[in-house]
Amino acid sequence: MGQPITVTVNGETRSAEVEPRLLLVHFLREKLRLTGTHIGCDTTHCGACTVLVEGTPVKSCTMLAVQADGQQVTTVEGLMTSGALHPIQVAFKQEHGLQCGFCTPGMMLTSVALLKDNPDPSEDNIRWALSGNICRCTGYMNIVKAVKSAAVQMKAAAEVPAETAAARS
Amino acid sequence: MLPAPFEYHAPRTVDEALDLLDEFGDDAKVLAGGQSLIPLLKLRFASPGHLVDINKIKELDFIEERDGTLRIGPLFRHKSAERSTLLASRYHVMADAAPMIADPIIRNRGTIAGSVAHADPSGDWGTVLLAMDAGLVLRSKKGARTVKARDFFSGPFSTALEPTEILSEIRIPAAKAMTGGSYLKLERKVGDFATVAVAIHLRMDDGKVGSAGIGLTAVGPQNLKAEKAEASLEGVRLDDAAIKQAAALAADAADPKADQRGSVEYKRNVVRVFTERGLKRASERARGGG
Repeated sequence: MGQPITVTVNGETRSAEVEPRLLLVHFLREKLRLTGTHIGCDTTHCGACTVLVEGTPVKSCTMLAVQADGQQVTTVEGLMTSGALHPIQVAFKQEHGLQCGFCTPGMMLTSVALLKDNPDPSEDNIRWALSGNICRCTGYMNIVKAVKSAAVQMKAAAEVPAETAAARS
Repeated sequence: MLPAPFEYHAPRTVDEALDLLDEFGDDAKVLAGGQSLIPLLKLRFASPGHLVDINKIKELDFIEERDGTLRIGPLFRHKSAERSTLLASRYHVMADAAPMIADPIIRNRGTIAGSVAHADPSGDWGTVLLAMDAGLVLRSKKGARTVKARDFFSGPFSTALEPTEILSEIRIPAAKAMTGGSYLKLERKVGDFATVAVAIHLRMDDGKVGSAGIGLTAVGPQNLKAEKAEASLEGVRLDDAAIKQAAALAADAADPKADQRGSVEYKRNVVRVFTERGLKRASERARGGG
């Protein structure tokens, strides 16, 4: 009893027939082979499976694939644009915002949504926004640093006039 | 973990949703934010044959103050409550509770009405609605009825909601002048369920208490309304003695169970302390402070 769905994942239109009980995370990992979205607790606690649905962070283990029909989904694979890492990816790398990396995709997607909403977050804002994403190795210090650093980079990039940016590249 | 198989329906109108509930009755569940229901389906604590997803009925996502009533639709999400300037300015108990619901990602999807219909004794919104003396509009194909929050909850995860009904609107008496509130919640860590929480919704009138609403979370088989404590405050000056007495009555109304979060005595004491603090905070806010 498959149900046809069409989801725009990382800008690409993907159509499939899915069982209604299929969770969004399984659709992404098993049907589309986008395994950057991790399954952590599978009980809506840890945030490892966080993806953006219409720009909003959602735990993809707690949403049905059929509910994403007609919507835009962004996974960690969609952060990179034309071969360049997203500033949040650069910042997590530079600030060592990860050890094992399991929670990192969810951390980064939640951070991207935060920075869109609030380009200049305080440490408190960052910790509060990330309180649904659990990391078991870093102790969060470097994750918070990475988000701060990404905020600075993204702000600086936004302030460079388009022409100058083009001339430099 | 996968839920047991079910048939999925995504109606575009409320009437369509009610038709589906009428047809499938007890074998159907309404899916709003899904932040409690989907985990239950995955754990197979629930295995309905039909899921009626109301997320495509956009007009169900509303909050408005009209004709002396604050009305909240079934798709109004925790995040919207957290960001609402209306709630922040005049419905403090709701504004306090919203950011304490689960975690930010869950708040992006979960709804107030869904949480109330789920009726977890450790849920926060039921307690808030009890303190605010809210009414719940329960609508079926045959018509609508309004049930007071105090008559809605009947036990753990049990309510007056019939399988053919949808909780179509939450109605809260509009806050009058000199109204203040507070929601104090003790949790082991951010995002945890409450160890204990206390909701206060207070209206002052000429230096005395006009009306007081007190709700208790996670200290009984359902969210509780501390009615004796409320009654003790009506028409009295809110001095230390009155606050102490109300707090003691609220602690008496609590019926907690000992668990990994604390002993019976501890939880009852937290109810007492939070009722005192909450009443003080609410009265400051009623006077325009805090």
